Amino acid sequence: MKLGVVRFPGSCDELDALRACRLVGDAELLWHRDRDLRGVDAVVIPGGFSYGDYLRAGAIARFAPVMGAVGEFARSGGLVLGICNGFQVLCEAGLLPGALLPNLSLRFVCRQVDLVVERADTPFTRACDPGEVLSIPVKHTTGRYYAPERILDELEANGQVLLRYAEGQNPNGSLRDIAGVANERKNVFGLMPHPEHAVDPLTGSTDGARIFESIAAHVEALRRGPLAAAGGSASAVVGRGAA
Amino acid sequence: MRARVLIRPKEGILDPQGQAVERALPALGFDGVANVHVGRMVELDVDDVSRVGEMCERLLANPLIEEYEILVVER
Repeated sequence: MKLGVVRFPGSCDELDALRACRLVGDAELLWHRDRDLRGVDAVVIPGGFSYGDYLRAGAIARFAPVMGAVGEFARSGGLVLGICNGFQVLCEAGLLPGALLPNLSLRFVCRQVDLVVERADTPFTRACDPGEVLSIPVKHTTGRYYAPERILDELEANGQVLLRYAEGQNPNGSLRDIAGVANERKNVFGLMPHPEHAVDPLTGSTDGARIFESIAAHVEALRRGPLAAAGGSASAVVGRGAA
Repeated sequence: MRARVLIRPKEGILDPQGQAVERALPALGFDGVANVHVGRMVELDVDDVSRVGEMCERLLANPLIEEYEILVVER
């Protein structure tokens, strides 16, 4: 399995993302001018300030040549994970619903937050348990998730809210405490917290690794066949194979 | 032709920047100020001003969260 991490001018978390990806498989950097994704099984759009975040966070990056390929990849069902600025880019590109607005506090927020796993049956959360709490840091100025009420209701109804800030820990004023959302098909996922900064005991929590383990488990399951891919936990897959 | 695009947060979207300015003005003795919104301005020379609307929709503004107004500027 190979993961690709996109590097834009102004990205700054791509090396941590690369390192996190390498805990679960092979990984390489993709350059913003690349027009093909070199056969990767999943793409990570990392945090940072792509193209200086000029105009609006993510507004310019969405026109990068690589984003054409990422869009095609996503439309064909490929897994795309957007972290922080990557989340902003995916929203601007229309691959995810909603938008990220400046934090209500108008301040840069950098702290560890608890996230509640709302759905554990998606490619990005299948290594988690439903309701599990993950401790992962946030660090951003523009992280207030917004979508019109009608869209928020749709997201909830479709189970597209995969992660929520734990009660009382919403760091930015995101509507309905949303920390991470997926598209309807659940193959594109964006979140403001940084799982790639929480994969080593040296920095405290290793809960972020669950997101990368989930992606790896999903890609592996797809290899074994669509039945395994649809299954949630590894034990269910084994059970089905034996039967 | 010179076009000036004014971009502001859509009505109904919480605008903490506008609120911060609104709270600061009375502190300086400017009373009677309400509904302050902070946005941005983009000025551009264009051959065809009729295309600026499309530029706003696709890049200059995010129509989900912002509204825009296009003015033609005399020089």
